[in-house]
Amino acid sequence: MNRFLLPLGIFVALVGLLGVGLTLNPREVPSPLIGKPAPHFELPQLHESAKTFTEKDMLGKVWVLNVWASWCVSCREEHPVLLDLARSGEVPLYGLNYKDKRQDGLAWLKTMGDPYRLSIFDIEGRVGIDYGVYGVPETYLIDRRGVIRYKRIGPLTPDIVKNKLLPLAQELARG
Amino acid sequence: MARLLALLLLLAPVIPAHAKDARPAAADPVLEKRVMALAAELRCLVCQNQTIADSNADLATDLRNQVREKMRQGASDSEIIDFMVARYGDFVLYRPPLKATTLLLWFGPLLLLAGGAWVLVRLVRRRRPAEDVDISAAQRSRAAELLAGSEAERR
Repeated sequence: MNRFLLPLGIFVALVGLLGVGLTLNPREVPSPLIGKPAPHFELPQLHESAKTFTEKDMLGKVWVLNVWASWCVSCREEHPVLLDLARSGEVPLYGLNYKDKRQDGLAWLKTMGDPYRLSIFDIEGRVGIDYGVYGVPETYLIDRRGVIRYKRIGPLTPDIVKNKLLPLAQELARG
Repeated sequence: MARLLALLLLLAPVIPAHAKDARPAAADPVLEKRVMALAAELRCLVCQNQTIADSNADLATDLRNQVREKMRQGASDSEIIDFMVARYGDFVLYRPPLKATTLLLWFGPLLLLAGGAWVLVRLVRRRRPAEDVDISAAQRSRAAELLAGSEAERR
């Protein structure tokens, strides 16, 4: 009986590890920026190109930065979720138009609806690199002191907004 | 004549065809060499199993440009690596660093090999005693009888 316990134990442990592994996404690269200050940027706005926007404008407020592009297919998937989030008014939503053409970005927002207070225009993607963007869409939750507290890689889903994003945003707004 | 025409038609696409390569900037060959050497140490996060030197992804091109620009500004290789790791984490290094968190990654296979070898040695050692049993002559003939009997049954 004892002879079988060791291989059985190893087997059970292995199955456990593999089972956990199945729930993980191997392509996801966790961000080293969580808990660090949001990297500084000053970019022209998408709609009003003469005006700029910087992350310092948002100090004192909890806000969401969503990275999107008109050429991004997954962004279409998450767009209704963003519109709902904007309508709820729970947390202000700002867009980072990543490596896009201004005309295409504007046209996309016109067709799909604009959930953002404003969008900034990152034509070269340099600000994207500073934020560790490697796939669009990506979403950041930034607190009142300008520290990144949460990052979602991939499209937002109603489940993530309800169970992760909003509770954290509310907690940050209180504390 | 028809064959010549066919040959020309076959060759025609070759002339305008350009493989869309990871094309380096023409300017400075020494700089380019340094850029590509460092790019071979950084992972393309889109493809994830290629370096930014090899990858044709947009992000890879952007990151190479970033590397080139930083080198032009006088940054050292280690400064540029720190820049990338600060933004993307350790995963951006194509060769995982040797840290407390990556010890299992580096030495795991070795440990498994050693573990497997140990199990094998123990197994082989345990099997070896196939000793001869001492029996008397009477027992030997009885055994021969039984063996002959069972063979007769089988036929």
